[in-house]
Amino acid sequence: MTATRIDPWHNAYARRAAGMTASEIRALFAVASRPEVVSLAGGMPPVDGLPLELVSDIARRAVAEHAVTALQYGAAQGEASLRDAVVEVAAASGVRTHAGEVVITTGSQQALDLLARILLDPGDVVLVESPSYVGALGVFRSYEADIRHLPCDAEGLLPESIEGVVARERGLGRAVKLLYLVPNHHNPSGVTTSSARRVQIMLAASRCGVLVVEDDPYSLLGFDGEPGPPLHALDPTGVVYLGSFSKTFAPGLRTGFAVAPPAIRDKLVLAAESAMLCPSALSQQVIAMYLREYPWRNHVKGLRELYRERCEAMLAALAHYLPDAHWQAPRGGFFVWVELPGDTDARALLPRAVAARVAYVPGTAFFADGQGHSHARLSFCFPPPVDITEGVRRLASVVREEEAVRGAFRS
Amino acid sequence: MSAGCVRSVVVLAGGLSIEREVSLRSGTRVAHALADAGYDVDVLDVGADVMTDLRSRVPDAVWPVLHGAAGEDGSLAELLRMLDLVTVGTAPDGCRLSWDKSVAAAIAATLGIAVPTAVTIPVAMLRDIGTRHLVPAIAGAVGPAVVVKPNRGGSGFGISAIAGADDLPEAMMLAFGHDSVCRVERLVTGVEVAVTVIDTGHGPGALPAVEIAPCGGDYDFRARYTVGATEFNSPARLEAAVADRLAGHAVDVHRAMGLGSLSRSDWIVDDGGVPWFLEVNTSPGMTDTSTTPLAMTADGTTLAQACSELVEAATALPWRAPALADGSPLG
Repeated sequence: MTATRIDPWHNAYARRAAGMTASEIRALFAVASRPEVVSLAGGMPPVDGLPLELVSDIARRAVAEHAVTALQYGAAQGEASLRDAVVEVAAASGVRTHAGEVVITTGSQQALDLLARILLDPGDVVLVESPSYVGALGVFRSYEADIRHLPCDAEGLLPESIEGVVARERGLGRAVKLLYLVPNHHNPSGVTTSSARRVQIMLAASRCGVLVVEDDPYSLLGFDGEPGPPLHALDPTGVVYLGSFSKTFAPGLRTGFAVAPPAIRDKLVLAAESAMLCPSALSQQVIAMYLREYPWRNHVKGLRELYRERCEAMLAALAHYLPDAHWQAPRGGFFVWVELPGDTDARALLPRAVAARVAYVPGTAFFADGQGHSHARLSFCFPPPVDITEGVRRLASVVREEEAVRGAFRS
Repeated sequence: MSAGCVRSVVVLAGGLSIEREVSLRSGTRVAHALADAGYDVDVLDVGADVMTDLRSRVPDAVWPVLHGAAGEDGSLAELLRMLDLVTVGTAPDGCRLSWDKSVAAAIAATLGIAVPTAVTIPVAMLRDIGTRHLVPAIAGAVGPAVVVKPNRGGSGFGISAIAGADDLPEAMMLAFGHDSVCRVERLVTGVEVAVTVIDTGHGPGALPAVEIAPCGGDYDFRARYTVGATEFNSPARLEAAVADRLAGHAVDVHRAMGLGSLSRSDWIVDDGGVPWFLEVNTSPGMTDTSTTPLAMTADGTTLAQACSELVEAATALPWRAPALADGSPLG
């Protein structure tokens, strides 16, 4: 007789790996990748809109003309040519910095991971919005942080909530290390934090002595073209600003950046060195050349128009097929955060939706504390308008089926 | 190299059911095993072009490893039969009988096998008559401690074990999310075991039962597909007489439903040594954490050998009409 747990190393894993388990939701998303399914789930930009011939030529020349650097190890902080270009990109979002403050990372997701690595001990408290970006929650969880959701409304996070929560947690002997925010076209809520709130949030964070992480992948993708004032501009010493080329250029290049105060920057560079030695030199070379040679602002402007059209299609479809749902029209970004009608449970609904060939992300993914059952994140960035309309129609039909079954349990 | 007459095999996996990811894992593992055995193997993700793809490839044999509807409800088997392809697995009628858990349980019961008390409720019944009287009646008929599951479907999706009637509506809602019919079954406590039956041309035979012991909690999706989350004993720690009875039952179920070359039935063996039939699958999981590969390799046989035997046998095993085809099959 043989007893086995299949994995002979099951006792070897760190405690923080305990949550790394198979997920029913993740398995459901495997179907969303099929062309028969309208996926309103992912946050993928349509890269076929890029000037692909130019990008191909740049990639070729990056190797042909810059092999010595592009195919070699580089600096952990990132290549100077790209850090210089990042200064210009960040300025378009209102962030004033210099190349020395910039750390290039493997997507801004890695910047989050490096920040968590240098700042969080198990049990430390991280403050986040309600809801919050699922990828950030995953990082904070993996470092065994205690995540506390702060209340939000149509203007963003309620600043008055910050000090009370910080005081309570500190009263319990916990260290409150970070306030993590997505102020522009929030993922998933779509909310853009008002200018007044931004000031109040920074004042409260400053009074509490809590470092702010401003995650800003969408600021250039506002439909009106005017990004809100960055938190970084209000207090450059109290904010780590994260930017990304995944939404405005190409996620496949896996390149983002952090703008950090000097001491934090130094720790980030050392952490990056131990995590990966250096970010991809080839990706950095390609992006630096793209930013230098192509009118990238025009591409971003084109993306804004594309996303505006798709967002309008989604809002029109929601108004037509799900008029009893609730949502706030986003002013940019990729997502509409929809409160489904009645007591529909978006997580329980997902298998039915996938069977009906439409996928979305249930709201529970964006909370660390079990909230979010009534909400779904619908992404309008990738499918063309006609597919968005069809996807919402399919979603509405399964919502009605679910309502009918729930109604039967009340009768 | 392969020893028999089969050279090329297409493994069908993926598809559009919610069990797609599990199926892709199963299919990839079967494909690797067959490649190790020397076959020329392609994994085909089943979509709208499946007929065209199969016609253009003309494989010597097809192994459908598609879980969920289409893969297990007889649809794909019917298609493969129409294409006259040598196929590992079960004929369409057998698929249809096993796919519906209530039908499979009824057949098992007629064979003298213990089957937990259960009720099968279509969602239409809820809509028609409401639940005010129905839910208490279900609890009264089946008991407070029950397992609620979709009547069709697998991979652990939509299943809840609940302790009381108060939780019944939510558990039924979960199951209805996966199927329009839900099955509420008395919770039988005991040792959970799975028995794989194979037929390589000498009649169906049971492989050693595999005992399933989740390391904390239920044998749910997490416990099924997280490597290390469940302990398996193969063969199961059962008295010899109980193990023999269980194997006999599994073969009886396989034979009665006409399940072809491969099936896996799931059982609870209670404290008195009685095996209770839960369900039977014609496209059993073949993932790293699935019980069928464990059973196939329990005696030291490699998975490559085991898969090779099934593929070679498929050439000699015609699609079988299930026993139900001639008059009354069960009497």
